[in-house]
Amino acid sequence: MKKAVITVVGQDTKGIIAKVSAKCAEASANIVEISQSVLKEYFAMIMVIDITDLSVKFGDFVDDMKALGEQNALDIRTMHEDIFNSMHKI
Amino acid sequence: MVNINDILETINMIKEENLDIRTITMGISLYDCAGDDINTVCDRIYDKITTRAERLVSVGQEIEKDLGIPIINKRVSVTPISLVGGRFTSDDYVKIAHTLDRAAHTLGINFIGGYGALVQKGFTDHARALIESIPQALAETERVCSSVNVASTKAGINMDAVAQMGRIIKETAYLTRDNESIGCAKLVVFANVPDDNPFMAGAFHGVGEAECVVSVGVSGPGVVSSAIKRAGQCDFSTLAEIIKKTAFKITRMGQLVASEASKRLDVPFGIVDLSLAPTPAVGDSVAHILEGMGLERCGGHGTTAALALLNDAVKKGGVMASSHVGGLSGAFIPVSEDAGMIDAVACGALSLEKLEAMTAVCSVGLDMIAIPGDTSAETISGIIADEISIGVANTKTTAVRVIPAYGKTVGDSVEFGGLLGYAPIMKLSEYSCADFIARGGRIPAPIHSLKN
Repeated sequence: MKKAVITVVGQDTKGIIAKVSAKCAEASANIVEISQSVLKEYFAMIMVIDITDLSVKFGDFVDDMKALGEQNALDIRTMHEDIFNSMHKI
Repeated sequence: MVNINDILETINMIKEENLDIRTITMGISLYDCAGDDINTVCDRIYDKITTRAERLVSVGQEIEKDLGIPIINKRVSVTPISLVGGRFTSDDYVKIAHTLDRAAHTLGINFIGGYGALVQKGFTDHARALIESIPQALAETERVCSSVNVASTKAGINMDAVAQMGRIIKETAYLTRDNESIGCAKLVVFANVPDDNPFMAGAFHGVGEAECVVSVGVSGPGVVSSAIKRAGQCDFSTLAEIIKKTAFKITRMGQLVASEASKRLDVPFGIVDLSLAPTPAVGDSVAHILEGMGLERCGGHGTTAALALLNDAVKKGGVMASSHVGGLSGAFIPVSEDAGMIDAVACGALSLEKLEAMTAVCSVGLDMIAIPGDTSAETISGIIADEISIGVANTKTTAVRVIPAYGKTVGDSVEFGGLLGYAPIMKLSEYSCADFIARGGRIPAPIHSLKN
């Protein structure tokens, strides 16, 4: 299973998770884990997704997510799991 | 499964602490471009570089996007041009410099390194012709970088080359006088030059290297600086441990990018260079790391010790994180490219003498230092001889990249822009070493027993 991590940070508004999940579903990415919290008015979410069957190129998916973030005044980053594994596991 | 704190730590390093991959450098051998006719050789060089590195920039951008880590520079290093056979004159070599520049423009890379010669023991006719062509080559091209190795621990110091490089640097400064003498920022004089350094301006594809390899230079002074700040007041063992762990993480990322680049470009992986390379950006300074350890200003007493600790811990953390380590590996202390160093020079805390002492315990040497434009060639040679001796005696790489900024003097500054930054002109000793330099010949290789 190839995985990626999406992080979303910004002002809390209604439907953030819905929008991000919809985009994932559209690209055939399966959500594996979600961790989310709201601190004061700030929304922060980390979502782990399975990208084995991704229907678009990963680079394009990264761009789509970034664009979605910009439309909603959120900072959305999508990064391949490899970078976290290599940095934090021996 | 990766834990959430690790994810946040990585993202914070990239977003807030300027963590990046400084360069992916492809080394390309040009031995098979040899020939008798200069135009044929230029065509072969152009074709080989643009074919081999055709996808370098696009693959770099792909990896950047896929892994979410910025890759600042994509560059090419080639066989030292004086070793690419052919009976060439200085004018011919300038033509090759133009060819390299044209290839760099075609590929969309910002620097190409390898316009150089290895003369630690003596000059070949080729090396002599190439060295004489350096000022014109650097003045007429934009992206070509040049380096000359004038000494090694095994061969000693070629003082004729040291004397000549003083004159070459001076002439380069004059020919690029309309542009802050920027030619000198692309010219490095080395002792014990590494064959596989991916960092400019000293990068070239060494004699024993494979046909084509890809190497990576990591960066991350900001990350180390923040980690030290977070640790607060702790003892030196703890401090070294924190730096080691941070260096490990930074280097792991470099290793990942290097293996990914090697796979996607279908070119063997060379090395990861474990260097802390500063930029003029706020929060990306090696001087600020040293100040974070408790020095009021970089350059004050204690600076050499702090730098020695930093350099050693970076290497210890880095070697375990990568399968092959090489290049310059250590902390860089360029003046113009480091906001903290610039401030330290400007307020009088950091002198050239202290910088020279610091180079005995860290990577590279007197780097990106602006000196008065009226400095004599002999004095520049004296600076080179001093710095090179530190490398030769200590079996390490040292280098000199000084800019005698034409028409400027102490109190002025030069502005290069971009990654090269800006530098206040530094004060030099007023006493002459002209008779010393005029002796010529070679300083014998040092003995390596009876260590004192």
